[in-house]
Amino acid sequence: MARRNMVEALNLALRQEMERDPSVVVLGQDVGVNGGVFRVTDGLHARFGGDRVLDTPLVEAGILGSALGMAIGGLKPVAEIQFDGFTFNAMGQLEGNVSRYGSRSRGRWPASLVLRFPYGGGVRALEHHSEAREALYALPGVKVVIPSGPRNARSLLVAAIRDPDPVVFLEPKRSYRAFKEEVPDEEEVGVIGRAEVVREGTDVTVVSWGAMMRPVLEAAEGMSSEASVEVVDLLTLHPMDVCTVASSVRKTGRLVVVQEGYRAFGPASEVVAAVLDEVFWDLEAPVQRVTGYDVITPYFARENLYLPDAARVQEAVRRTLHP
Amino acid sequence: MPAAATFTIPYLQVLDEHGRIDRKKDPGLSREEALRLYRAMVTGRELDDRRLKLQRQGRIGTFAPTTGQEAAICGPALCLSERDWMAVSFREAPAQWMRGVPLSRILLYDGGFEEGNEIPEGSRNLPLAVIVASQTLHAVGVAYAMKIRGERDSAVLTYLGDGASSQGDFFEAMNLAGVWQVPVVFVIQNNHWAISTPLSRQTRAETLAQRAVAAGIPGIRVDGNDALAMVRAVREALDRARSGGGPTVVEAVTYRMRMHTTADDPKRYRDDAEVEAWKARDPIPRLRGYLEQRGWWEASRDEALVAEIRKEIDQAVREFEAEAERLLRERPDAAFDHVYAAPPPALQAQREAFLDRVRREA
Repeated sequence: MARRNMVEALNLALRQEMERDPSVVVLGQDVGVNGGVFRVTDGLHARFGGDRVLDTPLVEAGILGSALGMAIGGLKPVAEIQFDGFTFNAMGQLEGNVSRYGSRSRGRWPASLVLRFPYGGGVRALEHHSEAREALYALPGVKVVIPSGPRNARSLLVAAIRDPDPVVFLEPKRSYRAFKEEVPDEEEVGVIGRAEVVREGTDVTVVSWGAMMRPVLEAAEGMSSEASVEVVDLLTLHPMDVCTVASSVRKTGRLVVVQEGYRAFGPASEVVAAVLDEVFWDLEAPVQRVTGYDVITPYFARENLYLPDAARVQEAVRRTLHP
Repeated sequence: MPAAATFTIPYLQVLDEHGRIDRKKDPGLSREEALRLYRAMVTGRELDDRRLKLQRQGRIGTFAPTTGQEAAICGPALCLSERDWMAVSFREAPAQWMRGVPLSRILLYDGGFEEGNEIPEGSRNLPLAVIVASQTLHAVGVAYAMKIRGERDSAVLTYLGDGASSQGDFFEAMNLAGVWQVPVVFVIQNNHWAISTPLSRQTRAETLAQRAVAAGIPGIRVDGNDALAMVRAVREALDRARSGGGPTVVEAVTYRMRMHTTADDPKRYRDDAEVEAWKARDPIPRLRGYLEQRGWWEASRDEALVAEIRKEIDQAVREFEAEAERLLRERPDAAFDHVYAAPPPALQAQREAFLDRVRREA
């Protein structure tokens, strides 16, 4: 066992998968010699060479579109887009081709690739470098995976690389170096499509994912004398593990969903709607959403005022306890 | 000021408008290859005629006619081996047929069935790409895979139109292909019209081939109604690609004799006189003229050839309609296939609910 931060854990996943499977290639801007602007691909270029660790020009659509071609041609591309805000230049390829290639080719070429990028705020970055728009990738045919810590980041990236379907893999950039966990050298393969109860409780269920897991767990610990909070880490946003969330809510009768991004048409709404289908008659209180606001992602000087934090999570939990 | 860079775009024509050949540029097709090419072009023309009727009768949906562009479509496909890849857009039906896609399957796609895109194991034909130019990036990615997997006998041919040549995806594709030096050939079918947008509103550049200059890769303009010129230019480009010489842009100057798709009425935006002028440059009689000079064909055999092709199309229509009827009856849930390699539980539940409803309503 070794203690690793998320960047090191992701790097381990990439290195081991590239060793294991010679068809795995990494491409993106500055991923080669420079090792990626966050160093996730550090050392891969030296270890595997420029043919497999490919620095691209500044072409987001080109990165994703050519990655699809590479997958058709028998490679397993892991494409990096440098920041969340730049992924939208590649959305035409994601929606128009990647998401539907398995269907279009009737199963012959299921766009077996990973699109990974850092997402979310909290690192005092420039405009377009702090977006949390994860619902926009949740298309039919695409899997959306969002780890919350080093260990599940590593095991889920391995799973994403081995998955036959296209996986959009969002890395919470403010968790990249925020903390370390034990991440074993030995292989660990996560399960895409499965949520995890990471803290058991009996009074209220709080569901979240990615960078919001830290404030959620902090909130739960901080109010332990007041309420027994169960916490579910969604891990895969799409397709969603409704079953795990519903089981928890059936037990607690209360639900809070916490998402970093703006509220309207966000994943929290989908969690609530999907779970209500299953648990409506078990609910003890109205469901609460803690989200960003329906504004353009704020610039960094004031971003902390807008990002959901432990205090807002606790307020929402209290509202479900005392409706 | 001294020039920082200069460029020239070569122009290639092999057959004149009467089918007379410039011997120095003869691509040297065998009799068999030349006749295969001719048959494919005539098949494309006949397939258009039939599809127009089927569309008017409501038996298929809209489609993109190929009339007038048969040389630009079929010439490049003739140059491909089974080891090569072809990434079409949506106006290349006769090229698909040349690459082994049955006519009935082309009709199945036109009839609105996903199954029309089914790719048999071993085939290296990518399915139709309706988002114009998006397929050029896939072609570059496939070519990259061929390069680093060491499949040196495999190159990739991709088609796009003059409208698509304005898309960012195409510029990114050319640029990546140039930087990576991958074996891909981009064939731009410059048919002068992107629905109602004429070439003059598409670009101020004199040629579309010169779009290659910005990517640092070779570009050539070809008489796209000259089947032999298309073969020569694309064969050279593919040979260069397979020998590690990187990508090429081939601009085929041709003309869309019919509507963009059957949903379009060109009388709203272009003169019949322009269309008439292009009729004189029809690629099919030009190739026939050459075949006759070689003693490989006589015009008198055309009638029998067309009759034979029409019979093939009749048979394909019967197969398509039987298959369409069967699929509607037996496979209402086909859209649920292949969304994921293994359906997630919620999607499986939706499928069952859908089938329940369909069966109840039946």
